[in-house]
This record gives sequence, structure tokens and C-alpha cells, in this order.
Amino acid sequence: MSEPVSALGGASTSGIVEVADAGPVGMITIRGDLSDVAVRNALAGCLISALPATRQVMESGTDRLLWMSPDELLLLCPQDEVAARTGALSDALKDQHHMVIDVSDARAVFKLTGVEGALRETFAKLAPADLRAASLPVGEVRRTRLVQVPAAFWFASDSEAHLICFRSVADYVFGLLTHAATPGSEVAFFD
Amino acid sequence: MLILTCPYCGIACDETELSPGGEAHLKRYGPGSSDDEFETYLFHRENPKGIHFERWRHAHGCGKWFHAARDTITLEVFGTYPAQVTEPPQDVKDAISAKHPGWSWRDFS
Repeated sequence: MSEPVSALGGASTSGIVEVADAGPVGMITIRGDLSDVAVRNALAGCLISALPATRQVMESGTDRLLWMSPDELLLLCPQDEVAARTGALSDALKDQHHMVIDVSDARAVFKLTGVEGALRETFAKLAPADLRAASLPVGEVRRTRLVQVPAAFWFASDSEAHLICFRSVADYVFGLLTHAATPGSEVAFFD
Repeated sequence: MLILTCPYCGIACDETELSPGGEAHLKRYGPGSSDDEFETYLFHRENPKGIHFERWRHAHGCGKWFHAARDTITLEVFGTYPAQVTEPPQDVKDAISAKHPGWSWRDFS
């Protein structure tokens, strides 16, 4: 099989925060009726036992499970595990109405590191989202718009945030983040 | 600026995160209906100065359709609710009644 290559080949930039292409990340979209006990039980067998509540991100080892909508979850895992995980999930859900699909090559992931105020500010310059810590605490995913394109981001800790966007707009998003993190552009609203 | 709370993900989202879907609570007239009914379904829309019911889609978020009751003059939002209903829930109607006693919109009041 060919080597997985991320959209920007590991590009990174440094400003008020560090922005880096997170490299190849395995991403699996899982859709189904998440309020259905049979679906929840089937998923619990091959994912983290507790499914994320509304807007939450669950973390376990190398897995992260994101709540994307009332009937959609996104599983992030190492890319070399994607085929096996997709197969296991499809098997577990085969009696339920569902969709399990590998979207690793359709998306790009960025990792942002820096002080919390600067991270929140970088996103707040680009998205119409409420970035205050009370509205977007660590471990909560926010799907929104980054200027002109859809994106989802979440804080893994006070000093680290992740962002997912479509692969086709990865370069555009990298440019946006680079510009929003230009040294000297601090507004210090969240400090 | 219009801010609507998505009833599915609970986010108070800005209008630029949403896609407008026109009037809510339309009854579809399809094959077998009269020409008049079909014309009404297809073309006749409310255009009120005041209370209005609309469909919105949380396009840049969870992707779900929902309904919103709002005032087109003041942009006051009386409530948002899931789209799988044929009429607004009582709490939304009560919120409108508190502000506009005796209101009516199509068959609702």
C-alpha cells in the first residue's frame, strides 16, 4: 500500500501560537442512531465504552472520539489501524442502520500549541464561535466556519488545540491560521 | 445579527453559520392534489412584519434542520425547536403570547 501523505507534508509556522500540520491521522466517520441502545452497545464493544455526550471529545490511549452531530461520531486513530477498525465497526453494526467510512484522506488535521489566551484568540479571529473558556471548555468540540470553510476544533489541554478541515482547503486554512497568529497581532482579549 | 440556538447541539450560532430554509410548517401538496392547492404550496408564502416561523439548517455545525420562531422587526427570537413537528411547541407559543397577546400566524395562534 502507498504511504499516507498529509495535505501539507508536515508544514509548520510559528507566531503567537505554533501551527503545525498534524501529519497523517486516521479518521473514521460513524453514523447511526446514537440514541438506539443496540447501536450504542455495538459501538461500545469496539470503541471507548462510554460514547461522548453532546459536543464532547472522549480520549482513550491513541483514540479520540468526537461528537459531530446527534447521529454522527468521528473516530481519530493511528492511520495504520484504520482498515482494521473500519472492518470491526462495520461488523459490529451490521444488523443496524449505519455508515462507517474511512475519511482519513478527505480531511486535514492541524495541531496548535501555545498559551491558552493566544490559542483562543487565533480561532476567535477566524470563526463566529464563542471562544471563552466557559463556552468552549477543554474537551469540547466546536464545529463551525473558519472564514469561508467548515472546520471543527477542540482544546485537548490549556496549551494544545486541534483543528480538522477538508483536505482540499488545507492550504487555505494554514494560510488563515498563519495570518491570525502573526507575531505582534495579539489582542489579548482572552488573557 | 441574528443568533439562533440549535436545538440539536445547543450552540448559540451566528446567522453566518446557518443556512436559511424559508418558511416553516408548509404542508406539501403533491400528486393528486388540485392545481390551487399545489400553487399555494409552491408559491404562496407569508411575508409578515412581526412574528414569523422559519426553517434553518445548522450548515457549518451539526448539519441538522430546525425551526425558529422570531420577530422580523426586532429580530427577537422566541424559541427554536426540532423540525419533526407540525406545529410549534406550547412553550414557544407561550413565549410569543407573553410578548404579543392575541397573535396569529397562518393557522397558529
